[in-house]
Amino acid sequence: MLRYLRLLGQWALDWIGALGRASAVWFRSMAGLPRRGDMTLLLKQVYQIGVLSLIIIVLSAFSIGAVLALQGYTQLARVGAEESVGLGVALVLLRELGPVVTGLLFAGRAGSAVTAEIGLMKATDQLSAMEMMGVDPLHRIIAPRLWAGMICMPLLTAIFNAVAIGGSAIVGVDWLGVDAGGFWGGMQDGVQRWEDIGKGMVKAGVFGVVISWIAVFQGYDSTPTAEGISVATTKTVVYSSVAVLALDFLLTLVMYGDFN
Amino acid sequence: MIRMRTIEISVGAFVLAGILCLVFLAFRVSGVGVGDTSGSYLLNAKFNDVAGLRVRSKVSLAGVTIGRVAKIGVDSETAEALVTMQVSQDVANLPVDTGARIQTEGFLGGRYISLIPGGEEQVLHNGDTITNTQGAIGLEGLIDTFISKMGSK
Repeated sequence: MLRYLRLLGQWALDWIGALGRASAVWFRSMAGLPRRGDMTLLLKQVYQIGVLSLIIIVLSAFSIGAVLALQGYTQLARVGAEESVGLGVALVLLRELGPVVTGLLFAGRAGSAVTAEIGLMKATDQLSAMEMMGVDPLHRIIAPRLWAGMICMPLLTAIFNAVAIGGSAIVGVDWLGVDAGGFWGGMQDGVQRWEDIGKGMVKAGVFGVVISWIAVFQGYDSTPTAEGISVATTKTVVYSSVAVLALDFLLTLVMYGDFN
Repeated sequence: MIRMRTIEISVGAFVLAGILCLVFLAFRVSGVGVGDTSGSYLLNAKFNDVAGLRVRSKVSLAGVTIGRVAKIGVDSETAEALVTMQVSQDVANLPVDTGARIQTEGFLGGRYISLIPGGEEQVLHNGDTITNTQGAIGLEGLIDTFISKMGSK
């Protein structure tokens, strides 16, 4: 009995310790003035994290938009309301699916790569070597990746939403023959700039912060062995995905929660 | 190692694409919301029944959407529903005897307020109240009336 209590205590202490170390990583890499050459580091990371994620984001967005239009059309056509397809797809994408799916893909594509890279740097003592040379690895390695993640997530989400809505228009209007005026008009009538698009973007920003934070911390805190890196990479994907889904529920509750 | 120039150009294109997508979403996908208070004024109307009407329901004139319902409350003195509407400044010349009617979009669609312009010279201003109103006529109400008339024959 006491053994289990001890295990629980150990687990809790580990978690609190990790949380503290994660906060320390966050504040120490966010603190400090930008230096000469920081922009180049950031650009490289935006390229690695954002530009190289574009293909998977665009492909997934197109197929998700197309499938939503197809399914929505089949159901709505039965009650003769197929013109609402545009509005339905746009609201679902802007409010929920856009930020969430982009977040999950981003965690899998970019988060895991960041963790593996930093983990390997740690395992091969590159981080220690930097410290020996008087270069702060938090400033040179961690901070650009954090910033890049926070910049890329909202941009990727905007691209995801636009491509998915385009995909749904191609399937709905060009292929299934929904009236273009009703499709776009219904969308414009029902979608609001701040309520739908703005709040979706807020979600994307929050996910960007959380995912890149988890990714860099798991890499930085990993056990410097081959196994340690694989565990850290898995943890990044699992924790980020769970965090995205749980936070999405909380954010929806907070931002759209005035149900009366 | 890719050259810095390539990286810079592709990052620039990526950021530009993201911003363009956001502009597309803002102007092609979304319309005017209730939050867009610039260029609009408020009108009140009292109804005996607003069942089915919601905040953000449409306000239309001759079938054209000219505003949204901003607030629905109760006037405790007369026990009537007090609806506040946000109407676009483009139609600032509604006569004072304008009527308001709650109608249903299609057979089962959402409720909206239809404004019927009157013929007076004076016009409604911000905060004025429309008195000539007709509340919601539900499908249930129509069926009730129909049944009671059939029964009385």
